[in-house]
Amino acid sequence: MREEVLRDVERAVVALNVNGETRQLLLPSHKTLLEVLREDMQLTGTKHGCELGECGTCTVLVDGKPQLSCLLLPVKLQGRAITTIEGMAIGSDLHPLQVAFAELGAAQCGYCTPGILLAASSLLEENLRPTRDEIREALAGNLCRCTGYTKILQAVELAAGRMP
Amino acid sequence: MRVVGKPLPKVDSAAKVTGRALYADDIALPRTLHCKILRSPHPHARIVSIDTSAARRIPGVLAVITGSDLPVKFGILPVTQDERALEHEKVRYVGDPIAAVAATEEEIAAAACDAIAVEYEVLEPVMSIEAALQTPKDERIQDYGGPNNIHKFVSLEFGDVDAGFERAASIREDVFFFQGNTHLPMEQHSAIATYVDGKVTLWSSTQVVHYVHRALSKVLELPMHRIRVIGAAHGGGFGGKTDPFAHEIIVCKLAMLTGRPVKCTLTREEVFYAHRGRHPVLMWVRTGVTSDGRITAMHFRSALDGGAYGSYGVASTFYTGALQTVTYDIPAYRFEGCRVFTNKPPCGPKRGHGTPQPRFALELHLEKIAHDIGLDPVELKRRNFVQPNTLTVNWLRVTSCGLVECTERVIKASRFHDRAARPGHGMGFAISSYLSGAGTAIYWNDMPHSEVQLKVDRGGVTAFCGAMDIGQGSDSVLATIIAEELGLEPADIRLVTADTDTTPIDLGSYSSRVTFMAGNAALEAARKMRAMLDEAVQASGRRIDDVTFEEASVLAEARFGTLTSAGSYTPPKIAGPYKGSGVGPSPAYSYSACVVDLDADARTGLIRVNKVWIAHDVGRAINPLLVEGQVEGSVYMGLGEALMEEQVFRKGLHKWPSMLEYKSPTFLDMPEIETFIVETIDPEGPYGAKEAGQGPLLPVPPAVCAAVHDALGIWIDEIPVTPEKVIEALRRREKGEPARYGPQRFPPIPYPAPIKVEPPSKKDAAPAAI
Repeated sequence: MREEVLRDVERAVVALNVNGETRQLLLPSHKTLLEVLREDMQLTGTKHGCELGECGTCTVLVDGKPQLSCLLLPVKLQGRAITTIEGMAIGSDLHPLQVAFAELGAAQCGYCTPGILLAASSLLEENLRPTRDEIREALAGNLCRCTGYTKILQAVELAAGRMP
Repeated sequence: MRVVGKPLPKVDSAAKVTGRALYADDIALPRTLHCKILRSPHPHARIVSIDTSAARRIPGVLAVITGSDLPVKFGILPVTQDERALEHEKVRYVGDPIAAVAATEEEIAAAACDAIAVEYEVLEPVMSIEAALQTPKDERIQDYGGPNNIHKFVSLEFGDVDAGFERAASIREDVFFFQGNTHLPMEQHSAIATYVDGKVTLWSSTQVVHYVHRALSKVLELPMHRIRVIGAAHGGGFGGKTDPFAHEIIVCKLAMLTGRPVKCTLTREEVFYAHRGRHPVLMWVRTGVTSDGRITAMHFRSALDGGAYGSYGVASTFYTGALQTVTYDIPAYRFEGCRVFTNKPPCGPKRGHGTPQPRFALELHLEKIAHDIGLDPVELKRRNFVQPNTLTVNWLRVTSCGLVECTERVIKASRFHDRAARPGHGMGFAISSYLSGAGTAIYWNDMPHSEVQLKVDRGGVTAFCGAMDIGQGSDSVLATIIAEELGLEPADIRLVTADTDTTPIDLGSYSSRVTFMAGNAALEAARKMRAMLDEAVQASGRRIDDVTFEEASVLAEARFGTLTSAGSYTPPKIAGPYKGSGVGPSPAYSYSACVVDLDADARTGLIRVNKVWIAHDVGRAINPLLVEGQVEGSVYMGLGEALMEEQVFRKGLHKWPSMLEYKSPTFLDMPEIETFIVETIDPEGPYGAKEAGQGPLLPVPPAVCAAVHDALGIWIDEIPVTPEKVIEALRRREKGEPARYGPQRFPPIPYPAPIKVEPPSKKDAAPAAI
């Protein structure tokens, strides 16, 4: 039996900057960023496929770099800028990647989409004219079972072409 | 056509790209309890006792249930009601559910599961088809079927097969094996239930709210009107969320006991145990051909490794023998099928349900026959193609058929007959067909398979339909059809779908049925609404072209009162005159042809697919963007199955129940796909549309194997084609053995004598154009 659940867990006050808003939360120290985003901050746009760091579904940006939120601890993320899918659009204006994904049908069931959009936005921040192989490499950690990846690659290229 | 045929974005695309779509695990209700399920660590064991007392004493645990709380058996098919939500007598695979806990925290629920003491009497597990055919050491897995662990036999003969073989100039026999694999949806199954005012409400990631509704009513012993099942936004199915599942029943029961919402989200490991994926199938096929390559007779045998429960398995068994005749004109055909129980997670329907395995065997077998008689494989297949508007020897009705055009498109585009000859390079060709919805329902009834209601109010249109959009875009198809008829845009149509309280019946997203069936129901409802609007406008003395939709709806509401219309779809009764004819008929069949180009490395055995050309006869593309998406996704999944995906077991345990170890193609593995949409305008499909979601997977594995043979001169008669198998086949060739990797033999199976079925007469076989 897991005796530890009966003990008081260690908790910490954590200030998290998510999508430009900083919030203070009292969290069990072992709680992952994925859990905190979804359960404590109601940011359910971040999805999970394995909770073991294998599928890329829970990708968020930490200081602009794609990271797996299921493997991160909020206690170690104070002072870092976290971006989730909810922070990708500016107000009601969708990011060019979001527009292109919608236009080309790059989201089928849509479950892997938030993670892939964030990973792709990080790529385009660094490299506005990526080759197809560079896109494949950048997104290789994100699995998708619906699309066969084809429409996703086309959508990233379409968005890149439209971005100034 | 104004909106039909246009590559418009899906109606739910904004919700999907912003993270707003609410999947089952995203739904948070006040006071929700977390549920965890205790599962069997043994593949086969009798349960001697279950002691939950320690678990119940843990603070934060509100309920613990076992099989005695949910004793009623259920199952997707009426003939195999063999599952319990929780087993209290016997467990049949590692992962079989035994007990469930509802607690205030997930960790407390997990700890409570650990605190449940179960005493087992371990039994000898049965882990292979061969073992299941033998007398069991301890006892049979299920107490029905037989002999031994055989679940189901099918034995049918159409026409005079022996005479057909006598007429043949050459006869060939082959044995093939298609390893099992799983759906691996990105979303883990999840369900959340409430119990308020004596009524259960369940939100679930299911493909079929209606079948979950039926199972809940049976097991919870509540009338259907006291249960509401709502399909949450869906994170991927591929057939894997088509059965009613234990966790769906469990959260309802726990909500009833605690009076609080209860949620259960499976871990990824548990998703591998829920399974219902591709059956491993061993196949033997014998075909006779004339000297010019015309098929004279075929005998096909299958043995399916079904796992521990029935699931859709009876249907799967029939499907391994049903659709061979829908692509090739086979004048005499014998099919013997057999499904066995083993101590593994139950197999069921995965994209292509029971037909990718025989399609793989059939295509590769014909490829070999072509090599035997010195004929181009494409030409041999073409000579045997079915003709449109015919009845097959097993009484399946073929109407629109784009096989010839699909073949021409991919052969020409890929320059198949002018392919580069360099070491290790190869190209392979294969074709296939699939249903546009099963012609018969899973449980016997005469009601429509799909219904759509429309409401028009102050210019707004709302469509109600039980269909579940699982990402394929069925909501968009419904909106497009209704918008086309009413002169609107798809985005103008509000949709209420997959909710058993508010929407009329639809049998759900499986067997590629939604565009065809719900689409036809939507078409009827929209045309009725259009007629009312037109009549009201004409009665007002104005011209239809001069009024807006909003004005027309006001005129019609003034004339008729509340504006509603309904449409429904029932497939034609076209099953043949024999027992077992219910599996295979469809109101229309899609057709596909595919060419795979690859390089195979003789040193490492690694295969690099360079490009796939695929042409798909979808009847009509209501939205070509969505059709392409389905075709590309099917090719992807077909390549995964052909090259790497396999659900295998070692010592009773799943060998790799994780996404890292269960290999699936990544961005780096996927080749370029060139898709050709072929439109044959089916006489019964909505605007002529047929299916696109499953058929295009089917030709991919055999085309890969044909290409490997073209590249290296070896036959890999077993899916997946891993580097180890390639190397082994090459090694055998070097030793002077046959250059082949695959099963050596088909075991003796005591199939019953076939039911002899008279094929349709010549008059029946060429029905008048519909």
